[in-house]
Amino acid sequence: MKIHEYQAKALLRKFDVATPRGFACFSVDEALEAARKLGGGVWAVKAQIHAGGRGKGGGVKVARSLDEVREKARQILGMQLVTHQTGPGGQKVRRLLVEEGADIRKELYVGMIVDRQTQRVCLMASSEGGMDIEEVAARHPEKIHKVFIDPAAGLAAEPAAEVARRIGVPEAANSQAAALLQALYRCFDQTDASLAEINPLIVSGDGRVVALDAKLNFDDNALYRHPEIVALRDLDEEDPLEIEASRHDLSYISLEGNIGCMVNGAGLAMATMDTIKLFGGEPANFLDVGGGATAEKVTAAFKIMLSNARVKAILVNIFGGIMKCDTIAAGIVAAAREVKLSVPLVVRMKGTNEEIGRKILADSGLPIISAENMGEAGRKAVQAVKAVTSARRAVKRPAPARAKKARAKKAPGKNAAAKSKPRSKAKPKPERKRAKRTSARGAKGKKK
Amino acid sequence: MSILINRSTRVVTQGITGNTGQFHTRASREYADGRKCYVAGVNPKRAGEDFEGLPIFGSVREAKAQTGANVSVVYVPPAGAAGAIWEAVEADLDLVICITEGIPVRDMVAVRDRMKKESRRTLLLGPNCPGVITPGELKIGIMPGHIHREGRVGVVSRSGTLTYEAVAQLTELGIGQSSAVGIGGDPVNGLKHLEVLQLFNDDPGTDAVVMIGEIGGSDEETAAHWAKQNMRKPVVGFIAGVTAPPGKRMGHAGAIISGGKGTAQEKLAVMEACGIRVTRNPAEMGRTLRSVLR
Repeated sequence: MKIHEYQAKALLRKFDVATPRGFACFSVDEALEAARKLGGGVWAVKAQIHAGGRGKGGGVKVARSLDEVREKARQILGMQLVTHQTGPGGQKVRRLLVEEGADIRKELYVGMIVDRQTQRVCLMASSEGGMDIEEVAARHPEKIHKVFIDPAAGLAAEPAAEVARRIGVPEAANSQAAALLQALYRCFDQTDASLAEINPLIVSGDGRVVALDAKLNFDDNALYRHPEIVALRDLDEEDPLEIEASRHDLSYISLEGNIGCMVNGAGLAMATMDTIKLFGGEPANFLDVGGGATAEKVTAAFKIMLSNARVKAILVNIFGGIMKCDTIAAGIVAAAREVKLSVPLVVRMKGTNEEIGRKILADSGLPIISAENMGEAGRKAVQAVKAVTSARRAVKRPAPARAKKARAKKAPGKNAAAKSKPRSKAKPKPERKRAKRTSARGAKGKKK
Repeated sequence: MSILINRSTRVVTQGITGNTGQFHTRASREYADGRKCYVAGVNPKRAGEDFEGLPIFGSVREAKAQTGANVSVVYVPPAGAAGAIWEAVEADLDLVICITEGIPVRDMVAVRDRMKKESRRTLLLGPNCPGVITPGELKIGIMPGHIHREGRVGVVSRSGTLTYEAVAQLTELGIGQSSAVGIGGDPVNGLKHLEVLQLFNDDPGTDAVVMIGEIGGSDEETAAHWAKQNMRKPVVGFIAGVTAPPGKRMGHAGAIISGGKGTAQEKLAVMEACGIRVTRNPAEMGRTLRSVLR
């Protein structure tokens, strides 16, 4: 889970990490009020969105008068801030942080993350703060200093002071910097953070070490023991489809392509996306339905995938395992009817009662294309998209005969796919009995 | 032959009174020699009772003393799972297999640290893994037993359903498995690709290995470098996540690429350079393995 900079700074202050004074603001008036309360003659007006790279995108401005504060706040609030992390559409700015201006002598970098290799929290620090730290890590690995922290002992004063020395904190500020690093680790540890980053950590004109920026992410698995952090969640910053998915216990991530995927298991889901790419298509999403793929879950998954207007075809790849394919098939049919499925659906199912499952799909009268294996499923989904788009183009074209001929020559299979999808008949069908859940869930809740 | 478990293994289920523990203990007992191999369950509040004839003990230590259990499988919910792992380690079992998904990373960091500092000999598989199966002998975990077939190919993977996919492809080609191991997708876990490869290398019953990886971390690269120097058997590989965008989390806590590190392309390149035959098509894992068998 991610939080805003101002929330991260408030948390860090509780652990005695020094930050500039500042206030979160939701309107231009509040921004002015904040600047008045802070006093002084220089303020930073900072867009609060979860994505990084805000400065480069024009979301962070310095104001040297109250008029400027008003002007900058007006510019930033409500803007679609585009950074390398937001995607081309950008993210709407709804909150600001107005802070007292800082007198920057030096910009340093400090970060913490769990290192898989050593299975310890790694403190990373560098004298090269304020810029793209990944660039520094790649070009000047010697400028990144690392300390692997003993989880039982925590970060001791001595290694913290040593790191501070190495990244160029002046000797006079060394003990304050060491204490700050120790505080940062305590915060990381006690809040179950998954990432902490202070970039830049500055040495100010009066020789103090201050966190000028702050980023904290948290381990989703540990949120159950941190209601105070869950309360900081800002749903405006999250993809609405991803929020909807998490309500149904589905793991969903929007992507840029046009083939919706529904798969059970994260690894198989990624492999399915890779297969689509391999055959020249682009996945529209990552969607892991987990183990208990009940009719309800499958329906929710279909709705979520189809609310993405880009989706031109759907690929379902389920490794049935212990869960039976006929149950899954019934769920797919019920879901497809409920959402009035209008794009081609390619289904690959594997596991117990495969044949019965396939028959249920074939008998449903729905535009379902069956596939024997993953490769075939990927290929058919990509073909189906091509058929749909070329059919649309053909309709628009003044000389349809030519287009039809070309299409028929190119891919006879595609035609079959496109034709086999007459809209489901209007006559009402009794809703199939909801598929019973046959797999056990609980500690696992996933994979059948 | 096999690695990690076989028909002489004796298993205790931790979390046997929960739905998941019961469902999968039942299914595992029905597979091959499961009825003989599963000997006990643990729940401190239900000691003295039984689950379908399996005696329930108050602790792993007691279960071991009374039944000779040497391997445990953990279905305990996330909040108590790390504690359950430690209990099995303290009881000095050979292996603890943790199926539980969603354990806080900090809990795993603490329990792994303790295991290392005290030089405990107990091996940990998982957490957030499907478990391990030795076809025709014993299944410990949540994988569907029926897709497996006795044989001489080892399978190791981070992901559950992708392991099943590989196994099913092998079985369809008539190629059986010595053991299939799911090491799990969490960032902090027990056995890694490297250690499982080492076990397969030393197993006279394994002729070749399918190694399946995912984006994130560098475990596959580490294993590949070791294999180049030491592996006496052919290894084929696949890495899931070529299409995964950087910085996005794909279900598994582990499956995240950061800063261009741990990408599928990078892993595939390293594996190829180390003599591992890789496929970029997950539907071809089985056939790729067949191509290296003599």
